[in-house]
Amino acid sequence: MYLVEMLGITKRFGALVANDRIDFNLKPGEIHALLGENGAGKTTLMRILYGLYRADEGQIRVQGRNVHIRSPRDALTLGIGMVTQHFALVPPLTVAENIVLGYTDDFRLNREAIRQAVAEAEERFQIYVDPDAVVQHLSVGQKQRVEILKALYRNARVLILDEPTAVLVPQEVDNLFQTLERLREQGFSIVFISHKLDEVMRISDRVTVLRDGRVVGTVPTAETNERELARMMVGRETFGVTRQEIHQGEEPLLRLENVWANDDQGLPALKSVSLTVRAGEILGIAGVGGNGQKELSEVLSGMRAPTRGRVLVGERDLTGAEPVEFADAGVGRIPEDRHEGVVADLTVAENLALEHLDAFTRNGLLDRKAMLEHAEHLIREFQIKARPTDKAGKLSGGNMQKVILARVLSRQPKVVIAAQPTRGLDIGATEYVRQQLLAQRDRGAAVLLISEDLDEILALSDRIAVIYEGEIVGELPASEATPERLGLLMAGATKEQGRAGTATATTSH
Amino acid sequence: MLAQRRLRLRIEKTGAPFWFRSLLPVLILILTFVITAIFVLWGKANPLQAYYYFLIAPLSSRVSALEVLVKSTPLLLTGVAVTFAFVAGYWNIGAEGQLYAGAIAAAWLGTVLGGLPSVLAIPLMLLGGFVAGALWALPPAWLRVRWSVDEVVTTLLLNSVMLFIVSALLNGPWRDPVSGWPQSPEIAASTMLPKIVPRSRLHLGFVVAVLAVVVLWFVLSRTAFGLKLRAVGLGRNAARFMGVPVERTVLTAALISGGVAGLAGTVEVAGIHFHLIEAISPGYGYTGIIIATLGALNAWGVAVSALFFGLIDTGAQTLSRAMGVPVYLGEVTQATMLLVALALIPLQRYRIRLLSESSEV
Repeated sequence: MYLVEMLGITKRFGALVANDRIDFNLKPGEIHALLGENGAGKTTLMRILYGLYRADEGQIRVQGRNVHIRSPRDALTLGIGMVTQHFALVPPLTVAENIVLGYTDDFRLNREAIRQAVAEAEERFQIYVDPDAVVQHLSVGQKQRVEILKALYRNARVLILDEPTAVLVPQEVDNLFQTLERLREQGFSIVFISHKLDEVMRISDRVTVLRDGRVVGTVPTAETNERELARMMVGRETFGVTRQEIHQGEEPLLRLENVWANDDQGLPALKSVSLTVRAGEILGIAGVGGNGQKELSEVLSGMRAPTRGRVLVGERDLTGAEPVEFADAGVGRIPEDRHEGVVADLTVAENLALEHLDAFTRNGLLDRKAMLEHAEHLIREFQIKARPTDKAGKLSGGNMQKVILARVLSRQPKVVIAAQPTRGLDIGATEYVRQQLLAQRDRGAAVLLISEDLDEILALSDRIAVIYEGEIVGELPASEATPERLGLLMAGATKEQGRAGTATATTSH
Repeated sequence: MLAQRRLRLRIEKTGAPFWFRSLLPVLILILTFVITAIFVLWGKANPLQAYYYFLIAPLSSRVSALEVLVKSTPLLLTGVAVTFAFVAGYWNIGAEGQLYAGAIAAAWLGTVLGGLPSVLAIPLMLLGGFVAGALWALPPAWLRVRWSVDEVVTTLLLNSVMLFIVSALLNGPWRDPVSGWPQSPEIAASTMLPKIVPRSRLHLGFVVAVLAVVVLWFVLSRTAFGLKLRAVGLGRNAARFMGVPVERTVLTAALISGGVAGLAGTVEVAGIHFHLIEAISPGYGYTGIIIATLGALNAWGVAVSALFFGLIDTGAQTLSRAMGVPVYLGEVTQATMLLVALALIPLQRYRIRLLSESSEV
């Protein structure tokens, strides 16, 4: 008997069929992985189960009974809880307050009773977070534990976790997996959404693979392997960028000397960062999100002025320069937030022209014909699925990113700043972006790749620097980098020599 | 296998069908007049008859049709002025004050340029009015780009300041020495805007206003500066990222906006009143905001709205004379129309789809 059954679930968004007659079931006391690429329909399916979306067709049964789940409240009543990728926590409240929020009977808040109840729940589920800690001071891993506790505290028997490891460092992943295994022993059922094969193999009992909104198959984990799952997931044997030889950089094109910068709150986000990127190499900046990557890419785009230190492109000092000066100095900038790289309500052609508008202007008048031709040319060259007159905001994430790439790379930049260039893209678009970055490297550009995706860093970088709490805590050639070693650096567990600009492609260790 | 067919309606968030979007203005019009009918009835008049005087009567004679264009002249200019600012995301609520700055300049230049022939005096006066409006728009614009001071507050408050300046001038140094009325001395004949249609009040200012609309269209759609304006207005951060000098663009837009509003005051003084008086504008600057909004910040939309508002202004007077309804009904109608439009315009983004689906049972 199944605890949860989803039968023939179909969900459409306009013309897009996100879920196409999906069957899914969950046994008591199992960890069931839901595997698939970005956009395969995993999250949509689980959002339906949690009552965030309504299915257009299909049925849901819980313990054999037909149910209608219209809201998360309905789901929780049926014992189904979900931890979404974006946590639903109130930052200034304490852990205990967050856990009981919306789940208290009394008009008056009895803080001591709440604290006590939460502490007991922590003991029962063996998930420990200080109940009195204020949520905004917690690490991502701790916040995730609070979310899990919150669901369990509301008597969830089924726990849906949407890509729970995406935001965690390797050590935190281990911790999470131990928690999940304990919960399984206690009889909880867990749906584990992921696109990471190794994690699925490690933690799950069964795997359901989705591709393009359809179920490819459901298999017991013990009877499958990573290769088979990968084939089911992408429909082909190999994928991803194949790594070539590691490049030795030539003359330095981008140098940061002891750069400090503040975040939006005015607190130091970059602390004496020194980096050198040479012609013909990719320097990868690894690190868990929120450790200064955003500020680093903004400093190198002209969007944020450093408080101390110097930024040099070639021999030109661009410390605190405007974005236009970076562009003119040959710095191609791919922003972390795509929506910051295009004006959504302008057309593709306008967005492609705006950064170098002088090239399309005669006596102040727009050469609209040249703009359209330029756009058509780039659309062909970069395989963008759009017309020049489409509004940029209507494009998919991958095509929007291609618009930015086309604008940046068609200028043959000397330096490329790529911040999270494949975030949220599907495998096809991801591969395309990565190939383009490698092509820039081979052409002789100095590429700075800032990415939270460790696989991406490992696949592309010639050298790797790790950023932790705004500091470069280690810098090593790619040949010496292992996920374990990087993981330790990223978690702030160790610091390695080689920081402060002395490191080069040949840094020995 | 039993197939069951059922019909369902679904609301989707995409562009509404073309026919609906073209119908929307008509819908707005009808709803506006249904609502204002309540006030007409309150004024003890027959709504249908009232609408005749409102919308048809002004167009039925040559004199009153030309009067519609006279009324539209300052509205076209303030509509264009506000649009220039709004497109760049600069919320200039100060067109009223900037209009009076232009009016002051015109009243002054009209007395000192008397020695020059019209071909020189009039362009100089228009230039002076533009500069005066731009100068009055400068402090709030500068505060905004330099210190992020909210321009909605500053431009709005400066309107009151300007009214007091005008009042001080008219009750002080500029009081008419002959009549003693609070009005400035009459401007020289060579600085008065010539009539473009004989035996009417329609003056050269209307041509200036039409040119302003054309310039607005041309700048926004054909120039690099216009693209930058739109980019800044539609996505400040992205525009900055792409190297658009956001502050300079906003500042320029604010100054052009002030200048065009100043022109509105200039042509009212030099084309209609020939003096500076306190009642140059019954709120043209504020109406310009409504016109720009109703015109969807598009040059032709602004032109149509301004002409329509000119019609309503003229019609309200006709109506008032003919049926004894207060002349304020014109303003009530304009305000109602804005509210109705703001309520209905979001419908453009949705479409209702009739779904016929078969589900297996």
